[in-house]
Amino acid sequence: MNKIFALTGVVIKELYRRKDFYVLFVLTAVLTLAAGAVNFFHDEKIVRYVKDICLLLIWISSLVIAIVTTARQIPAEREARTIFPLLAKPVSRGQVIAGKFLGCWLATGMALVVFYFFFAVITGSKEQSWPVLTYFQAAWMQWLLLGIVIALVLLGSIYFAAPSSTSTISFVVVISILLVGSHLHVIALQQPEPMQTVLTFVYYIMPHLEWFYLSDFVVYDFGHVPLLKIIAATLYAAVWTGILLLLAWLGFRRKNLTT
Amino acid sequence: MSAILQTQKLRVEYRTRELRQPVKIALTGLDLEVRAGEVFGFLGPNGAGKTTTMNVLLGFVPPTSGAASLFGIDVRQPIARQRIGYLPEMTYYYKFLSAEELLRFYAKIFGLARAEADRRIDQLLKLVELESARKRPIKSYSKGMQQRVGLAQALLNNPDLLILDEPTSGLDPLGRMKVREIIQRLKNEGKTVFFSSHELGEVETICDRVAIVHQGDLKAVGTVAEISAGHPNLEQAFLKIVGFQSAHAS
Repeated sequence: MNKIFALTGVVIKELYRRKDFYVLFVLTAVLTLAAGAVNFFHDEKIVRYVKDICLLLIWISSLVIAIVTTARQIPAEREARTIFPLLAKPVSRGQVIAGKFLGCWLATGMALVVFYFFFAVITGSKEQSWPVLTYFQAAWMQWLLLGIVIALVLLGSIYFAAPSSTSTISFVVVISILLVGSHLHVIALQQPEPMQTVLTFVYYIMPHLEWFYLSDFVVYDFGHVPLLKIIAATLYAAVWTGILLLLAWLGFRRKNLTT
Repeated sequence: MSAILQTQKLRVEYRTRELRQPVKIALTGLDLEVRAGEVFGFLGPNGAGKTTTMNVLLGFVPPTSGAASLFGIDVRQPIARQRIGYLPEMTYYYKFLSAEELLRFYAKIFGLARAEADRRIDQLLKLVELESARKRPIKSYSKGMQQRVGLAQALLNNPDLLILDEPTSGLDPLGRMKVREIIQRLKNEGKTVFFSSHELGEVETICDRVAIVHQGDLKAVGTVAEISAGHPNLEQAFLKIVGFQSAHAS
C-alpha cells in the first residue's frame, strides 16, 4: 500500500502546483460566493434558485477537475517519459493505476469539501439553517460518482493517447448518462426493434450516474436520504469503480509503452 | 560467477497498426549473460536492438518469445527490479518536484525506512553536488543538473545491478568523468554494471566484457581484448563486426 500512497502523493502534489487547477477552483469559489450573495427582489424563496445554481456549478467544476486531471495522468507520464524511471522501480502497473486513481479521487474530494463548505456558509447565512447531514450526503454521493468517473477516464486514457481526446469523449459519455440515463428505458419503449432491445440493454448495463445527484434533497429541504440507500449507492459505486479499474489494469498491464 | 542478468532466445516483434506494414523484428533471439561483479558494455549501431533489450529487462516491453531475468527472477515480476538502478539516456523526471522530493518519492517506492531514506538522500545529493539546489523544482535545473538527479535516483536503493542507457550522452567532460568514476567505484564495491554506449574509448577503459548486437542479433561477446584481437582497437573491431566498409577499405 505504501507504493500506492507514494504515487497518490505525487498526483496530489502535481495538482496543487498546477495553475489551471487553481483557476478553476478559485473561479468556482468566487461564482458560488457571488451567486450566494445575490438577493433578488428580497424574495426569500429565491434562495432555492441560488442553491440550485450553486450546486450545478459545483457539479460542473468537480466534473471538470476530475476528468481533466485524470485524463492527463497516464498520457502525460508517457509523453514526458517519466513512466520509464518509475516502472524501472519495483512497482507494478496495477499499483500505478491504483495510485493514480486514489490521487485524483482524493484531490477531487478535497476540492468538494471546500466547495460544499462555501455552499453551506453562504446558504446557511441566508436561511439561518445548516442541514449538515443532507449536505454531507450530497457531497458523499457526488464523491462516489466522481470515483466512477475517474475510473472511467483512467480506462479511456489507456486507449486514447491524447489527454484532449480522452477528456472530450469522457465528457460526452458522462454528460449523456447524466442527462438521458434515467429516461433511456422509456425512450427505448418508443423505438422499433432491434433498437428497443439495444437501448434497454444499454440502460441496464451502464453506470447510473444520475442516481447520485441529490440536488432536490438539498434545494427543497427534503430531509436526508435513508442510510440503507446511501449504503446501497456506496456499494454500487464501489462495484462500478472496481470493474472500470480492473479493465484499466488489464489494458495497461500488457501495453507496450515505447510505441 | 553467477549470472545476474540473463536473456534466453529473446525475441521482440513490433506490430504496427497500419495495414500491410510488415512486422518489425527488433530482437531475433538474443542470448545474453551478465555475471555478478562485472562491468558489461552493450554495443551496437543505432537500431541494433540495444534499447529494446533494456526495455524488456526493465519491463517496459513484453517479449514476443524467449525469457529475460534479473537475479533469476522473471523481469515481468516487479520484485525483479528491487535491486537494480536505472539511468535513462535522457532526463525523464517530474519537473514540478524538487530533487529531494523526487528521491523521497522513489525511496517510498523502494520501501526504504524514513531514517535510511534521509541518510541516502543526503549522501547522494552530496555525491552529485546538488545539495544547494535540493529544494528547487527540477524544472529550474540545467541539463547537467538534471542528469545528476538521474544518477542520484539510480543509486538510491544501493543497487546490486546498475543499468545505464548511454550514461555519458549529452554530458560535458566533467560530467563524463564523474560518471566514469562512479562506475569504477561501483565496480570496486563488487556491483554489476550493464550499460549501452557509443563511446567505444570509454567502453575500452572501463568494461570487463562487451557484447555487440546488430540487426537484433548478438554478433560478438567477450572481453575487450578478445573482441579487439587482430584489430588496432575496439572501434575497428566493432566496425568490422557490424559490417561497415570504410571508403579507404573499399
